[in-house]
Amino acid sequence: MKKVYSNAEEAIFDIQSGAVIMLGGFGLCGIPENCISALVTKGINNLTCISNNAGVDDFGIGLMLQNHQVKKMVSSYVGENEEFERQLLSGELEVELIPQGTLAERCRAAGAGIPAFYTPAGFGTEVAIGKESREFNGKMYLLEHAFNSDFAIVKAWKGDTQGNLIYRETARNFNPMMAMAGKITIAEVEELVPVGSLDPDQIHTPGIFVHRIFQGTGYEKRIEQRTTRPRNP
Amino acid sequence: MLDKYGIARRIAQELQDGFYVNLGIGIPTLVANYIPEGMEVVLQSENGLLGMGPFPFEGDEDPDLINAGKQTITMVKGSSIFDSATSFGMIRAGKVDLTVLGAMEVSDRGDIANWKIPGKMVKGMGGAMDLVASARNIIVAMQHTNRAGESKLLPECTLPITGLKCVKKVVTELGVFDITERGFELREMAEDVTIDEIRAKTLGRLVVEGDIKVIRI
Repeated sequence: MKKVYSNAEEAIFDIQSGAVIMLGGFGLCGIPENCISALVTKGINNLTCISNNAGVDDFGIGLMLQNHQVKKMVSSYVGENEEFERQLLSGELEVELIPQGTLAERCRAAGAGIPAFYTPAGFGTEVAIGKESREFNGKMYLLEHAFNSDFAIVKAWKGDTQGNLIYRETARNFNPMMAMAGKITIAEVEELVPVGSLDPDQIHTPGIFVHRIFQGTGYEKRIEQRTTRPRNP
Repeated sequence: MLDKYGIARRIAQELQDGFYVNLGIGIPTLVANYIPEGMEVVLQSENGLLGMGPFPFEGDEDPDLINAGKQTITMVKGSSIFDSATSFGMIRAGKVDLTVLGAMEVSDRGDIANWKIPGKMVKGMGGAMDLVASARNIIVAMQHTNRAGESKLLPECTLPITGLKCVKKVVTELGVFDITERGFELREMAEDVTIDEIRAKTLGRLVVEGDIKVIRI
C-alpha cells in the first residue's frame, strides 16, 4: 500500500485541465492550502471546482480564479470574493449555486453509493427549475443527484500512512464527505504519523476513502473575520 | 422604535430553556447576547458546531474555530463538532427548535426572500434554503422598510424566493407580527410608534385586533 506522497506537487501529478475537483473547507477554514498552491503553479485550467466557497480575492480558491483556471464553480456562498463576482457578471465564469445542505449531501451521497435523494431545500425557488419534485407525507421535496468528481482534495489535522484522517474543530466541515466522494481522494495533513499511532476510535475518515496523503507545510490558516472581545471589559 | 439591539432583545424573549437555536448573520447573531440568565440554550452553527460561545479574547483566536459567518468564536462546555452533512441532517430532520434569520422581504403567507438581488448581488444562499425548508419555527429579524423606504412586509415577495410559507413571526423596529392565514397579525408594537405608521409601512395584509401590547425589553 503506497499512499504517501512527499508533497502537493507530486500528489496532484495527474490532475489535468478540464478536471472536476472537490475542494474541502468552509470559508478559509480547513482548506487544502498546499494543493491549491500546487494547482496554481501547475497552471492547468478549465477546471470545475466543487467547494462551499470560492475563497477570498488573494487566498484559497481565489488564487485559482485570479489565474483564470476555473471554468465553473459549484458553491453555496461566494460573497467574500470580488474577483469571483466580476468574472461571473462578465460571463467568464460559470456558477452553480446550491443550498449548503444539498451540497453536503450530494458529496455524501457520492461517497455512500446513493445516486440521488430527495430534499426539501429549494422547493418553490429557482433552485427547483428543471428538477423532479415529489410529495412525501404532505411536504414537497426535490430530487438531487450525487456529484461525480474526478478528484477530491481535503485537508485534515492528522493522518496516518494508511490514509486514516482526523480533523480539528470546525476545520472538519465538508472535508469528510468530500474525502468519501472522490474517484481519487488526496488528503493533505498538518501531521503525518506512522500507521498505528492514531486511536481507531477517534478516526473521522477511514483510510479506505483516501488514495494519496502527504504532510503539508507552511500553513497560513488565514482568518477571514477576526472577531474578539476585550480581556477586561 | 427599536434599534437592532432592541429587536435582538425582543427575539431573545422567545427563547426557552433547552432550545437548540440557529442564528443567522446580522441582527440574529445579536440574540446570543441576550439569552436570559440561568437559561440553557445551545447555539448551532451550520458549518459544524453545537455549543457556540462568545468571541475569543484578543490573542486567543483559533483559525480552525469559526462560525457560519466566518468569525472567530469559542466553544462552551458540552460543545460538539461534526461535518456539514450531519449539520444539515439535524437541520432537515427538525432537531433545531428555533431559527432566526434576516430577510430582504417577507410575504403575508410567510414566504421569505433573502439570498439574491438579480443583476446586483450574487452571493448565494449558503444554508438559508435548507434552514427555511425544514425549521420548525422561523423568526425573521429585519428592518420594516428597505433603504428606499419601501415596505419589506409584502403581499408577495418580488425578489427570488428562499422558501415558501415558512416564517412564523417577524420582529422589526416597529413591532412583532405573527404570520397566520390572515396575514401579518400585529401582536406588539414599539413605544412611540402608531398603528397608522405600521399600516403605512406594511404592504402585505395586516391584521390589527384586540389588545396590542407595547414591547417591553
